[in-house]
Amino acid sequence: MRPESEREYWLDRKENVTKVYWGVWGLCALLFLVEPLVHKHVDFSFENWFGFHGWFGFFACVGLVLAAKVLRLVVSRPEDYYERH
Amino acid sequence: MSGTELSPAWTLILGAALVPFLRGKVRGAWTLVLPIVGMVQLWLLPAGEFGQLEFLGEQLLLLRVDSWSVLFTLVFLIAALLSSIYALHVRDWVQPAAGLAYSGAAIGAVLAGDLLTLFVFWELTAVTSVFLIWARGGERAYRAGMRYIVIQILSGILLLFGALQQLIATGSLRFEHIGLDGPGGLLIFLAFGMKCAFPLLHNWLQDAYPESTEAGTVFLSAFTTKLAVYALARGFAGTEALIWIGATMTAFPIFYAVIENDLRRVLAYSLNNQLGFMVVGVGIGTELALNGTASHAFSHILYKALLFMSMGAVLYRVGTVNGTDLGGLYKSMPWTTTFCIVGAASISAFPLFSGFVSKSMILSAAASEGYLITWLVLLFASAGVFHHSGIKIPYFAFFAHDSGKRCREAPVNMLVAMAITATLCISIGVYPDPLYAMLPFAVNYVPYTASHVLTQLQLLVFSALAFSVLMRTGLYPPEKRLINLDSDWFYRRLAPDVVDWCYRSAKRLAEPVRKGVHQGFTVVNDFARRWHGEHSRLGGVQTVGTTIAIALFVFALLLVWELLSTLNR
Repeated sequence: MRPESEREYWLDRKENVTKVYWGVWGLCALLFLVEPLVHKHVDFSFENWFGFHGWFGFFACVGLVLAAKVLRLVVSRPEDYYERH
Repeated sequence: MSGTELSPAWTLILGAALVPFLRGKVRGAWTLVLPIVGMVQLWLLPAGEFGQLEFLGEQLLLLRVDSWSVLFTLVFLIAALLSSIYALHVRDWVQPAAGLAYSGAAIGAVLAGDLLTLFVFWELTAVTSVFLIWARGGERAYRAGMRYIVIQILSGILLLFGALQQLIATGSLRFEHIGLDGPGGLLIFLAFGMKCAFPLLHNWLQDAYPESTEAGTVFLSAFTTKLAVYALARGFAGTEALIWIGATMTAFPIFYAVIENDLRRVLAYSLNNQLGFMVVGVGIGTELALNGTASHAFSHILYKALLFMSMGAVLYRVGTVNGTDLGGLYKSMPWTTTFCIVGAASISAFPLFSGFVSKSMILSAAASEGYLITWLVLLFASAGVFHHSGIKIPYFAFFAHDSGKRCREAPVNMLVAMAITATLCISIGVYPDPLYAMLPFAVNYVPYTASHVLTQLQLLVFSALAFSVLMRTGLYPPEKRLINLDSDWFYRRLAPDVVDWCYRSAKRLAEPVRKGVHQGFTVVNDFARRWHGEHSRLGGVQTVGTTIAIALFVFALLLVWELLSTLNR
């Protein structure tokens, strides 16, 4: 927690964090909007699908995090696991 | 004049030997002068082969100067200089001395033209670098260092055996392309693979690096693994197995990186993932792919050092780099935060940062050779690396929930080191031509096309969106005070447990046998006493046990006698 005496930073305000969050959405929308203006040079034909890299990035990361949550169930141990013996 | 005196390796190694005798500012200046002198030497060094020596009848080549070795030597010297600046605040002499000797050993290995010289420097990197881990002090660092050194030395022994097989088969120790089918190929491949942190041989890296000091890890991150990448590129370019090994390396460490709490260990996992890209490049083996490997190694050393520097500064000021204990440090350490973000943008390959101009060559090479699955895995890993290194590291350390921790900004020497490294990361990203000009093959690759910039930005910003959405919805796994089992479990837990179990079982099983033997002896002894009397040779003071021992001893003497006479015949 922030000490009372300290000055307030821009990110300390919750509504500003929300602004950043919607900013990311806005940036994504912008990157989709400019896609028709750019001629894509692709190596594989499926890269021509609209917003392929965007979709791929989004679902890859969601998949990664959900898989990592499952992995944690299997491999996580208390911090002193190796010191206990 | 054999030419070896030209090698920058000796400047660093011999110069490091003087470090313990210097104090204060003189020592600091000395540790900066050595890498700079090394750079001047490298600049003066003409291409060619120097230092041909004969050793036990074999031809050695201590110094081979070509585009590969010059590129790696240069980036190693830059890394040594930056690490030395970063370590200027360190009071003990062990770290700067070990760090410089370690850099020198790595440079000696890169410049080595034969396998025996490579082996000597290969082992020297191991025995010098372990002191950087032990410098942390305490039982934990000591044990991690022991595990580290055993694995590193083992890698060297495999290399030596492989080299000897090469020598027997070809009559030469020269270090050229070996290939898996070559004599000793498999052993040398494994030796390189251990140092390169191949899957299942990787865990020494995540085990040991985060246990070192704040400056030690910066040194460590640069040399060992990139030396292995260099050696693979020399000896095994175009080996298809490396494509699969490398692709696996890019993908599986990132799952661990997502759930790891120690942020320097997260960086160690992402180091492993970045090595995967380079290994894939070596496996593809085309000019574009090898250029990609070389340039990615160059930019990787810098941004990885920068990331470890920023986390080292946090460790130095706050005393921990556990995600659970950090947050909100951007208020206390704004400069460190900024430099960390530059490192994060570089490893994530944002346009205008160094990773963008180097990593994409490897992806392009994979695509142009038609490796669809590899390309998809690399693309997944590219999104993943942004996720855990690009966002997670700066987010949990400097932003996230305010931990209430307030500290001073990093010391000036650390800030200077980070500023120079960050400048280099951006310079390479903005103007890659000087780097491209140093690559082993002519470059006709254009990183900045509208298509490449757009697709890369889409990949990254949508990955950021995924992070934001998962955070906002509470689906993102929170940092927890936990460790994660990895392949080190086999030798830290399973092997000791098995040995312990075997020992106890053997003891339990042996008990009846011991009793039986004892009873047998007693029976024979009683028998001898009854028939020969209490004071006879057999029944007297000596027991049956000693009688048998004497008999065995005489038997052994006879055997030796027989052996010697056979040899004399």
